[in-house]
Amino acid sequence: MTAENLPTLHALRRSPIGHLTDVLAEHSAAGRRSVRLREVPFLAQLDLQLHQHGSAAFDRIASALGEPLPTTPNTAVEAGDLRVLWLGPQEWLLIGPDGSAPATADLLRAALGDEPGSLVDVSANRTTLELAGPAARQVLEKGCALDLHPRSFGPGRCAQTLLSKVGVILHQVDAEPTYRLLVRGSFAQYLADWLLDAMVLL
Amino acid sequence: MNRLSDGGRVDRSAPLRFTFDGVQYTGLRGDTLASALLANDVLHTAPSLYRGRPRGIATAGVEEPNALVQIEGPGAEPMRLATTVELYEGLSATSLRGRGRLDPALDEGVYDKMHVHTEVLIVGGGPAGLAAALAAARSGARVVLVDDQPELGGSLLAGREEIDGRPALDWVADVRAELTAQADTRILTRSTATGYYDHNYLLVAEDRTGRPGPVRQTLWHIRARRVVLATGSHERPMVFAGNDLPGVMSAAAVRAYLNRYAVLPGRRCVLLTTNDHAYAVALDLVSAGAQVAALVDTRPRPPAELVDSARRAGIEVIAGSAVVAARGGARVQAVRIAALDAADTISGPVREVACDLLAVSGGWSPAVQLWSQSQGSLRYDEALAAFVPDEAAQNVDSVGASRGVLDLAGCLDDGFAAGARAAALAGFPVAVPPTPPTSGDGRPARPRPVWVVPGESGEPSDWSEHFVDLQRDATVADVQRAIRAGMRSVEHIKRYTTIGTAHDQGKASGVSATGVIARLLGARSPGEVGTTTFRGPYVPLTFALLAGRERGALFDPVRTTAIHPWHVRHGAVFENVGQWKRPRYYPRPGESMEAAVLRECGAAREGVGVMDATTLGKIDVIGPDAGEFLNRVYTNAFAKLAVNSARYGVMCRADGMVFDDGVTLRLAQDHYVMTTTTGNAAGVLDWLEEWLQTEWPELRVRFTSVTEQWATVAVVGPRSREVLTALAPELDVSNDAFPFMTARQILLANGVSARICRISFSGELAFEINVASWYGLATWESVIRAGEHLGITPYGTETMHVLRAEKGYPIVGQDTDGTVTPHDLGMEWVVSRHKDFIGKRSFARADTARTDRRQLVGLLPVDPAVLLPEGAQLVADAEVAVPTKALGHVTSSYRSAALGRTFALALVAGGRERLGETVYAPLADGGMIAATITDTVLYDPKGTRRDG
Amino acid sequence: MLLIACPWCGEREELEFHYGGQAHVGYPANPEGLTDSEWAEYLFVRDNPKGLFAERWSHAAGCRRWFNLIRHTVTHQILAVQSNRPVAAGQPKPVIP
Repeated sequence: MTAENLPTLHALRRSPIGHLTDVLAEHSAAGRRSVRLREVPFLAQLDLQLHQHGSAAFDRIASALGEPLPTTPNTAVEAGDLRVLWLGPQEWLLIGPDGSAPATADLLRAALGDEPGSLVDVSANRTTLELAGPAARQVLEKGCALDLHPRSFGPGRCAQTLLSKVGVILHQVDAEPTYRLLVRGSFAQYLADWLLDAMVLL
Repeated sequence: MNRLSDGGRVDRSAPLRFTFDGVQYTGLRGDTLASALLANDVLHTAPSLYRGRPRGIATAGVEEPNALVQIEGPGAEPMRLATTVELYEGLSATSLRGRGRLDPALDEGVYDKMHVHTEVLIVGGGPAGLAAALAAARSGARVVLVDDQPELGGSLLAGREEIDGRPALDWVADVRAELTAQADTRILTRSTATGYYDHNYLLVAEDRTGRPGPVRQTLWHIRARRVVLATGSHERPMVFAGNDLPGVMSAAAVRAYLNRYAVLPGRRCVLLTTNDHAYAVALDLVSAGAQVAALVDTRPRPPAELVDSARRAGIEVIAGSAVVAARGGARVQAVRIAALDAADTISGPVREVACDLLAVSGGWSPAVQLWSQSQGSLRYDEALAAFVPDEAAQNVDSVGASRGVLDLAGCLDDGFAAGARAAALAGFPVAVPPTPPTSGDGRPARPRPVWVVPGESGEPSDWSEHFVDLQRDATVADVQRAIRAGMRSVEHIKRYTTIGTAHDQGKASGVSATGVIARLLGARSPGEVGTTTFRGPYVPLTFALLAGRERGALFDPVRTTAIHPWHVRHGAVFENVGQWKRPRYYPRPGESMEAAVLRECGAAREGVGVMDATTLGKIDVIGPDAGEFLNRVYTNAFAKLAVNSARYGVMCRADGMVFDDGVTLRLAQDHYVMTTTTGNAAGVLDWLEEWLQTEWPELRVRFTSVTEQWATVAVVGPRSREVLTALAPELDVSNDAFPFMTARQILLANGVSARICRISFSGELAFEINVASWYGLATWESVIRAGEHLGITPYGTETMHVLRAEKGYPIVGQDTDGTVTPHDLGMEWVVSRHKDFIGKRSFARADTARTDRRQLVGLLPVDPAVLLPEGAQLVADAEVAVPTKALGHVTSSYRSAALGRTFALALVAGGRERLGETVYAPLADGGMIAATITDTVLYDPKGTRRDG
Repeated sequence: MLLIACPWCGEREELEFHYGGQAHVGYPANPEGLTDSEWAEYLFVRDNPKGLFAERWSHAAGCRRWFNLIRHTVTHQILAVQSNRPVAAGQPKPVIP
């Protein structure tokens, strides 16, 4: 793939809920109970799994990224324009801007060297919904059994969990609060519908 | 009118019009339907269910046995209790005898759900609960206080107590204000805790009818570190002749109607009590202007100060006695009073006293329902004559009246201590607030329960007007009959008599029934009999609330592929495959499914078809030991598979039964991508993780689910090569350059990177194009364009099923059911003899070697136009008498364009030894279909078509 | 609904987990060396105590890790969660109090 044909290629892309952009905008209300919902499509996503705790690759990846992979469960770190989410012991999701997956993958593959590990481009596997505003937590609490109180879950926290009946990766980005919900493409329409319904019922 | 001119918690400036049984009345804001009816001198409810006896409002709360109503609107609902329906403008209700009627109209109400985590949950907003909430909230911990009433205060709403030298409700208001000011405290009124489940998980039903916002009811899912149950207690009825007459009412209810609702439910009253409570009620009645004709106390020597205070108010106290019968027609007119000796037998003359209201206090039953649901144990307290909480099974305390503490000061002490303790145990230590001084009674004197007030004549078996459970019209005579039939356990007697099985689930009758049983069995104490099991929900819930928003379009997730919009635009008829919506077929205008499928099959066999195969599960299997791992989980070998080659594999469980199948492709030395069946993708990933983590942690391999990363377009048919050529001009699609079961990575003409595999699930030449799902729709459309001149035909799952069945390819989960081995499917070739794998040992078991196992065979109906129903059972003899043993059953059945006839797949006992035999499928309508057993591969048995 | 403490992700609702049956039933080292009845014992026979039970769970909707815990089958009280891997047959069994 070359830089010249990117615009052509991008014209062929469809995100799972790209057709809902206007609907999401209409439902994003202002005011004291405000909550906003939008899709952040086409983010680069790489699933990284290592085999051994404290391996040399782990250190090489830390230097390559400028930040060690988070080892505290359910936390995320920022490394440049990447966000690195802990998914499990020895498993991370690296999220970057649209189009950055190949470069990040090269970086990680080089750092991995010949240590066993798994690196998979999963950029198209999930899309990202961003739910923000003072009432965002209340919307999530209609379908998420996690304790989202600031004492338990705040900026920089992430979790793989269920929202409604849908598996999501939930990532709190800031204290407003802003949450990002990474959802598999096939479930995205249902989850967006569910969120819109929950927002209307505030 | 029975409304008092002042006092109470009703708003006289806010009259509310309502209709009951077709008559218009006016009540006040703050009324329940029951209190508004009593204020309008309507005491009667519908007559009793079985015996048609007149009945009246008997309580003021959830324990009400009689006052069932149907809410006609607004907000139609069957089977509500008039005592718990908050009055609202325009309410229309009718009295209900027995079962209610569901409103057939769609319920437009919105039912919501919320998850809440809290350090401390307090159930009950009476004095003990409020004290607990106050203490806990001062710690900074999160506190949730739930109460079923519109107003906090609990029993204080019905009383006249003082706290700290002021009316108790002023103290309640102060507590409420302090709690409201706490950021992390939540007060839920009109909210009933209905269920107490494992690990301090409680469900609370909040009724928001008439409040701002679109939501009618909310079901709160609350997970609490500590729970404080301050659920109060229910006053027990007493069992005597005629105790069901309208005008016989709980003393606590009389007090609530007087003090809370400013309603005087009778003019000339008699009170019957086993304990101190009735004295305060009697004094309240006198001060409200009623005449108290007598106060009958079962105790020979009631506390002297109570007797003195009653006598000073002009009340005659009749000690050591009971009401042995209530008399009247439609309403109580008189009661008959007699002395009881120590053995509860009548020991003196019977005296009749006229009255229109009999207020009864049979003692207090702590509301232990939630405690019991939490698996906490109960013990019978002889001094209290009540079942009280004993050992907790979860992180919970019971306080106040719900554990038998009946005095106000005691309840506050209990609440403050428990609230502070709960917060501290949840990690928020706090001091116990000092208990303010209170008015009112001290600790009550010991009651004298009388479980069965004897009839004036006869034996218990004759006492058929001594009601134990009013809802079920069950009497002492019924209990006696149960005992004579040999029942001893309270659980058996409950089921025999149906006591406690109606809408209130024994809130009023439960402990009374235990007392009656104990008495009739001659047990020393009700403690020997025990209670029945308390189960949730504590109050009836609507199904709509349980469903919440998960109805209609939100009922269950609908999974769609990236190509879904095209299928919709082109008129696909969808079928559900798990949660996926898959096109089943694409009818042309006016075309039947049968015709569409024959047309689609024809295109795939003769020209070119295209199918959305995106839903297959996909898992990347990566690591130096990936091949070894696959060798262990598949029955066949994968470690030596060449790079860019694919192989079909079968997975079995350890018992040797087929669990999943699919094609796995090797992309690199240490990288495979596995496909799974559509419905089993998550199950297979769990299965792989289980074996890797729990049995083979030494293997260096990792899994990543990539099902939605890829969109998959299957291009199928003899002319598919031409489509691929147009789509990917740089790809050499000749059979030599791109053989069957290999894969190529290439850029399509439109610049999209694709992985193309030569895989066939139809027996035809076929290609599967995998692209990042973002490009799925564009790629599908490119395929359609590239094949337009060839008449490329989109086809759905039905055609896919026919094509594969013609080739004898089984579908796991349709042609298998967890009892089928690869050998049963005729797939010995897929089972390796050279390596160990999950399930291998099971193939050497005697059971899997049986020759009469059900084996997959083909079936050709003797009449080629007749379609066998899937699931039809098969027998060997058309004439055999039923019942008979089935030989097997039909697993798949279709009409075939290629064969020009119907055909089926079936599992048949010893089927492969029966080729050529005829079997019969008896149908539900009495018909019979004869069919011949054949090999499973009915189309192109030599496999000549797959290379085009 | 149980609240289960995943050794990695912390307390989560039971809905997020898959139940894996009795713990410490390892895959036999040499299946071919077993009699049919010994193999059937491995396949089909499990304890079913009223009381404490060591069992396996997988945090299927979360980190996908398998782990062991000890649960009281009557009260559902969870006494101990054994941190992760390996949950293999060779691991020492916990002593059930």
